[in-house]
Amino acid sequence: MTDTLLSIRDFSVVYDVDPPVEAVTHVTLDVHRGEIIGLAGESGSGKTTLAYGVQRLLKPPAVITGGSVVFHDEDGTDIDLHSLETEQMRRFRWDKISMVFQGAMNALNPVATIGSQLEDVFEVHRPQLGRRQRRAAVAELLEIVKVGAQRARSYPHELSGGMRQRVMIAMALALRPQLMVMDEPTTALDVLVQREILKQISQLRHEFGFSVIFITHDLPLLLEISDRIAVMREGAIVELADARELWTNPQHEYTKSLLRSFPRLTGERGVVVR
Amino acid sequence: MTTLEFQNVTKIYNVRGSGQMKALDDVSFTLHSHQTIGLVGQSGSGKSTIAKILTQLETPTHGRILLDGSPIPRSGRGLRRYRQQLRMVFQDPFASLNPYHSIRHHIERPLKLDRVVPAKEIDDEVRRLLERVKLDPDAVLERRPHELSGGQRQRVAIARALASRPVMLIADEPVSMLDVSLRLGVLNLLADLQREQGLGVLYITHDLATARHFSDEIMVLNQGRVVEYGPADDVILHPEDPYTRELRAASPDPEEFFRTHAAGGAR
Repeated sequence: MTDTLLSIRDFSVVYDVDPPVEAVTHVTLDVHRGEIIGLAGESGSGKTTLAYGVQRLLKPPAVITGGSVVFHDEDGTDIDLHSLETEQMRRFRWDKISMVFQGAMNALNPVATIGSQLEDVFEVHRPQLGRRQRRAAVAELLEIVKVGAQRARSYPHELSGGMRQRVMIAMALALRPQLMVMDEPTTALDVLVQREILKQISQLRHEFGFSVIFITHDLPLLLEISDRIAVMREGAIVELADARELWTNPQHEYTKSLLRSFPRLTGERGVVVR
Repeated sequence: MTTLEFQNVTKIYNVRGSGQMKALDDVSFTLHSHQTIGLVGQSGSGKSTIAKILTQLETPTHGRILLDGSPIPRSGRGLRRYRQQLRMVFQDPFASLNPYHSIRHHIERPLKLDRVVPAKEIDDEVRRLLERVKLDPDAVLERRPHELSGGQRQRVAIARALASRPVMLIADEPVSMLDVSLRLGVLNLLADLQREQGLGVLYITHDLATARHFSDEIMVLNQGRVVEYGPADDVILHPEDPYTRELRAASPDPEEFFRTHAAGGAR
């Protein structure tokens, strides 16, 4: 379990505007193979910038000003992400690290069937596959995420929000990556659908053994799904601990204030003064 | 004491190609001033249809709405007066404020339209309202929505809703778009205002935790029917209906989670 998949060292990102904003400052973090690591923090804390930055997905004015990111591939090679050429990086992305974006309604193309959008992944990254093989792979993926293979011919608007988010997960799973970055994957969904999606993520993680970087500001949810949680504030990780440890014995003042800031479902009354 | 009655309301939509859809099925409740009712249920349960009917954006197929015993006028001055007494705060403070207009404009408009105060007092009233929601008038008056944070924007939306001095407020997911750390602040603000002005509040949400802490009573809606209704703690802590139990089980609850999952156990 302590086998490291991704080593982030002294990583910094600056938004080069006037005055410059230090969005991520000297972050060091190891993502273990097979774990779900939660990134918690408020808007503007740098959690999304960090997750996008390690994959070099940031656009100007964001500039990576320092640090290294090394991916320890399961075949034994170490890949320094910042030394990859553009073409190598393009091939690396989605194959080794994939993403599930927030708001599945906006992430899917409204005028293409979900089957053809899933096939695109194989066309780009597995050009050796024939059409029939691609179709079979898409059907298999839709079955894995319990959307059903017959839905390949549906358009995004014909599916519910939860179904669309499952399609996004299928897409992220397509090339059997070793790491999935999930950015607020359930934030727009209601509690029952959210719970189903979370169960599915846990289950797929056990089945396929990938690691997850799970980004959300919803700390109660993060505590339940994560193995470890990194709490971010102003671009830095202020606390990193096992989820249970963070819950029962938070060290940093900021973590304590975050834990106090959400009303507990079954806890004491009085957090809202009435 | 003002009373808003929602009496045996059924709403049927005609859906092209697939017949009729019953969005609400014989729903009744009464909201008094000073009282908060939490309305919970998943997407499609009919929560927003209730809000639309209350604001007369939709008309019920059967049943009626009474404000202090009188039915709601369908049009004209009477309807306008009704809408002045019942205001709404929407979910998305990014979409509910007009990006072209200053904050001053947003608060001024209901004051002018509803002639709440004489023209020469409008400036003072705008400032007073912004101070009520704990915004610094000098810092925000001339700004536009995009220059404010989500929490500040939602405060502007609340100030706007209060401008017409309503007796009832419908808050449709007012904090679900805000950072978790800001939610309690906005809910506490609403609770303060409610206490001071005696507002009746219908709090629409799918978040059981805030519903419990913010409401006196909770009504659970499933597929257009009220499946459970009672004091907030009873409904959340000791749910009787299977659907309410399902909602409760699906809601994140770290306390319960770490109690039932032994240390080091599999998730």
